[in-house]
Order: sequence, then structure tokens, then C-alpha cells
Amino acid sequence: MWSWMLFSESFQMALTSLYANKMRSLLTMLGIIIGVGAVIALVSVGMGVRSNVTSSIASLGSNMLIVSPGSSNRGGVRGAAGSMQTLKYDDAEAIKNKIKNIDYVSPSVSSSYQVVYGNNNWKTTVQGVTPEFMSIRSLSVSNGSFISLNDMNKRSRVAVIGTTVASNLFAKENPVGKNIRINNQPYKVIGLLDSKGQSSMGQDQDDMIYVPITTAQERMLGITYVQSINIQVSDQKYMDQVQAEVETLLRTRHHLVGDKENDFNVRNLTSLMETVNQSTTMLTMLLGAIAGISLLVGGIGIMNIMMVSVTERTREIGIRKALGATFMNIMTQFLIESMVIGVIGGIIGIVVGCAVSQIIATVGNFKTVITVAPIVISFVFAVGTGLFFGIYPARKAAKLDPIEALRYE
Amino acid sequence: MEKKENRYPTIQLSGIRKIYHIGGEELAALDGITTNIYQGEFAALMGPSGSGKSTLMNILGCLDRPSEGSYKLDGEEVAGLSDDKLAITRNRKIGFVFQNFNLLSRISALENVALPLVYAGVGRKERLERARYYLEAVGLGDRADHQPNELSGGQRQRVAIARALVNDPHIIMADEPTGNLDTKSTKEIMEIFETMHEKGRTIILVTHEPEIAACASRQLLVRDGKITRDEGKGVVMDVV
Repeated sequence: MWSWMLFSESFQMALTSLYANKMRSLLTMLGIIIGVGAVIALVSVGMGVRSNVTSSIASLGSNMLIVSPGSSNRGGVRGAAGSMQTLKYDDAEAIKNKIKNIDYVSPSVSSSYQVVYGNNNWKTTVQGVTPEFMSIRSLSVSNGSFISLNDMNKRSRVAVIGTTVASNLFAKENPVGKNIRINNQPYKVIGLLDSKGQSSMGQDQDDMIYVPITTAQERMLGITYVQSINIQVSDQKYMDQVQAEVETLLRTRHHLVGDKENDFNVRNLTSLMETVNQSTTMLTMLLGAIAGISLLVGGIGIMNIMMVSVTERTREIGIRKALGATFMNIMTQFLIESMVIGVIGGIIGIVVGCAVSQIIATVGNFKTVITVAPIVISFVFAVGTGLFFGIYPARKAAKLDPIEALRYE
Repeated sequence: MEKKENRYPTIQLSGIRKIYHIGGEELAALDGITTNIYQGEFAALMGPSGSGKSTLMNILGCLDRPSEGSYKLDGEEVAGLSDDKLAITRNRKIGFVFQNFNLLSRISALENVALPLVYAGVGRKERLERARYYLEAVGLGDRADHQPNELSGGQRQRVAIARALVNDPHIIMADEPTGNLDTKSTKEIMEIFETMHEKGRTIILVTHEPEIAACASRQLLVRDGKITRDEGKGVVMDVV
């Protein structure tokens, strides 16, 4: 109780003393404010980058496996990746029917065409897909409908278009129900997709036309194979298992025995996500560390000011000691003073950091994410620096000889 | 009036020496001081500058330790105590009045008076009550909320006296308490000391002015680290 009373007394004395030297206290705190603020703001930017990248990868579809044809190898001459023609629509059907823990399987083909409507024309990618594709890629139709099973079976000449295609071909006109020409054949637009923006790879995901895969294979490209099979696995934890099963199944179906090379590739978007997460975490840590250095400099600022303060108040210390203050009394008083600088500076720093992060988000039109961890860590660090850098000056004050201190002018 | 044999020696000094080492040479600031100061005495320490009276004052006030000898305060040996023990002793047993007042400039007169009680571990409410009582006793009840720089020299010294009294110490140590004051304030302050003496407090006053020393009941002259003259020893007021 005795020590608690002294603590609260010291606390009050610290506040009085800080208030008496308003300007100096503020300047000292500024180091901590900037330090804490910078940590919070920069980490929020780093986290923002991470969440941007993560969400654009997720927009490709989460828990996705992509099967693509391997490169051909005829007489030792290797073709380009995807040049094999061995991957068929039936492979997709087989995967869907024989492997568990799969939500959707969607084979697709694609090619570039000059697309014409009235006087306008536009070169874009036309992709032949199944109805499941909509769920896999998290697409949504803003107007009209997506490709149906019926369209697939009838090899209908229908198309669903992205917003970039719509604005280039139709300007402000409603595209649904209009006929466009792809590869000189008429296709009826049955749906307009919602905008998905750019992908993480910088592709415009709205510059797309989707047609039924059967139509694309037979009426447009005249091929029997597929160029990729997208598989959505029901849960993250089955990814590796499903990947292995798909490989085994396809090897059997393609009669690949022994150590014969796969004529297909199975890619896993989760590993891409992990890599990206790792690198953005590194970026965030780097930004945080740089800001942390300014916090350290702020701490040295506290020490500097506390040293000056001790010298300036030598006489006060002498008086207090003459009146009966012990080593711990003086030590506590100065330590609390430097800690209060850390606490108040830290709190203001948190407010400033959050504000700056919001300003960056608003002005820079850039997503920032404020999380609890950097706030707590930088605050604790601020109080810690206050305490740590206060120890030396406080010890110096507490060890002063009362006679010398009283004589000090 | 002289009842020396009944009196208890508050301070017992025996063979006190204080030696400073300056450039390999030994310099004895105090060279064998042996004397008693009794409870209720008003003793003036006199002497020219460099005589060692300040050093003696510091040792008596437990601000410094003697190099040799024994110093018993209320029968308790304090010559070898640690810094913190000395601080606690000062807090409980000694009240200081300095030439330049030594008040803290940023807090009010009342808080200045209450300061020793902070280190004595007295709660805030009681602290301020006691401080107000002593401030009123020196006639400054209406100046409690003023800061020291809003007070005159005489008023400041009265605040300092109230501060010296607040923890009810055995001994009041005053180091040239009127050195910075004009004649009128000097008179006021000395009257307060005389009143304290009449109430039975032990007072040790350091001064180089004979007329100030004349107010005390006992005069000790220090010269070259020794007490060379001691007049009026054991003269104390009868406590009624």
C-alpha cells in the first residue's frame, strides 16, 4: 500500500512535470508518435497489399486444380506446353464421376477471335466452358443468364460477354438479346457478366466471351480435345489427395505405364496463394521493421530529453533527497515520467497511425487493413522504449549526492 | 532555567573527523569534534567560511557521513548508515531550512509544505491537512495555493519553515536562514525560531552574523575543523 501510494504520487508528479514543460514533452513524444504511427500505417499498407493480392487470387476460384495438356514430344522434338491433344471432355467427366471431394469440374477451350457487332469490332478471347464454370470462377451475371446445360447439349450459338467486350461492341446499348458475329458466325448474347476487374497477373478479366464448350469445340475450333480442366475441390485439406488421384486416373485413362511422362500438368492455385502470402508477409515485416527503427530513434529522443531534464532538475532532486526521498523514490519518479511519455505518445501514435492509414486509403484509393497486432506491439514497444531509455537517466538522478545537488546552480 | 542534568542529549558527537583527499593530500575539514546537543537547545554554529561549519551541518543533518568518529542521534548510531537509511532518518527526525529556501517552483506553497510527508508515506488528504495547519502556524494560511515565485523572500522562508516542521521532527537545522532576507523579514523569521525554541524544539542554526547568533541560547564557534568556543551549553527553555 505504501509503495502503491508512492507510485500514484510519482504518477501525479510526472504528469505535473510533463505539463509544466508542454513544448518539450510534446517534442519528445513526437518521436514516439511518429514511430508508433509509422508502424501502424505502414503495416496497414502491407496488409492491404496482401489482402488485395489474396482476394484477386481467390477470385480465380479457391481450392482450384487446373489440369492442362502437357507438351508434345515427337521424335525428340518437344512442342509448346499445352500442345498435346490427349485431354478430352470425357476425362473431365471421368474425374467428376470417379473422384470424391470435388465440387465442380469444368473443362474449357479458348481462342482469340475478332468479334463484330454492327460497325464495331473487337478482338477478344472466346472461351468454351460448361455451366459449372460460373461457380468455379465465382462469376455472376448482371443481366440475362449464363450458359445452360441445354445450350451445351444443343451446341447453341449463344454467348455470355464480359463488361469490357460489352462496352467496346455495344457502348451504352443493352447487349442481351443482340446478335454478334464470332468467326463470321452469328451468336446470340444471352448474358452480361458483372465486372471482375484485373486479375493479380494484370489480365483484364472482363475482356472475355463465354460460349458452350460443345459449340466452341465443334462449330468454332473444330477440335475434339480440351485445353484445360478446372477442378474445384470441396475443401483445402483434400487438395493434395485429389491432385494425386487426378494424376493417377488420367495416367490410367491415357495408358501411361511405367515411367512414361505425364501428357498433362496439374497445377495447384493454393501453392501460388501460399507463395504470394509469404512474399507479402515479408513486405509487411520489412515495412514494419523500417518503421520500428523510427520508434527506436524516438526512444533515444526520450533518453536525451530525460538526461537534460535530470541535469536541469538537479536542485529539485537535491531538495527531494534532503527531505527524505530514497533512491527508489527518485528512480520511480523519473521512470514513470519517461514511461508516461511512452504511453501518451503511444496512444497519440495509434490515433495518428490509424488516421494516416485511412487517409492513404481514401486519397490513394488503396485498400489498407488495420489489424490489432501492430497496434498492440508498437504500443508495448513504445512504453518499453520509454521505460528502457528512462532507466539510465533515472539512475543518474537517483544516485545524485544530495549535498552536491543542493549546491547546483 | 538550567536543568541540563535532566535533559536528554539529542545529538552526541564524539571524535568526528571529515577528511577530504585532494590531489593526494589529506585535508581535514573537521578535526575531532566532540560535543552534545541537548533536546530543546537553540544552538548557533558560527565560524568564518572554510572553518568546516557547513561540513558539520551536513553531517548533523545526515546529508553526509563522517570519515571517523561516532554520531548518535537520539541514541542511535547514524555515522555508518546507508544512503537510503540516512534519507529515512532525515525524513523522520530532521527539518531543514536553507538560505535559498529550496522550494520546488512548480508546485504550490501547500504542496511544498506537504512534500516530506509524501516520502513519509502519509496519505494525500492527511498530508494536505497537516501542511495547511503548519502553513497557518507561520501565518501563511491565505497563501496556500500560491506558487513560491508569487511570494516574497520572507514568505518563502516561512513556507520552508512550515515544511521543516510538518513531519514533527526532533531537530530543526537552519543554514543561514536569514542570509537572503531584508531586516524586516529577518526579524520575523527569528521570531518564529524563538517561538519554536520556546515550545521546546531543538534548533541548530548556522550563521556568520553575531546578532543572529545572539538570538540562540548557545553559541558554538568552529574554526579549522574544531570547536574553539562553546557558550551557554545546556541552556534550554522550560517546557510548561
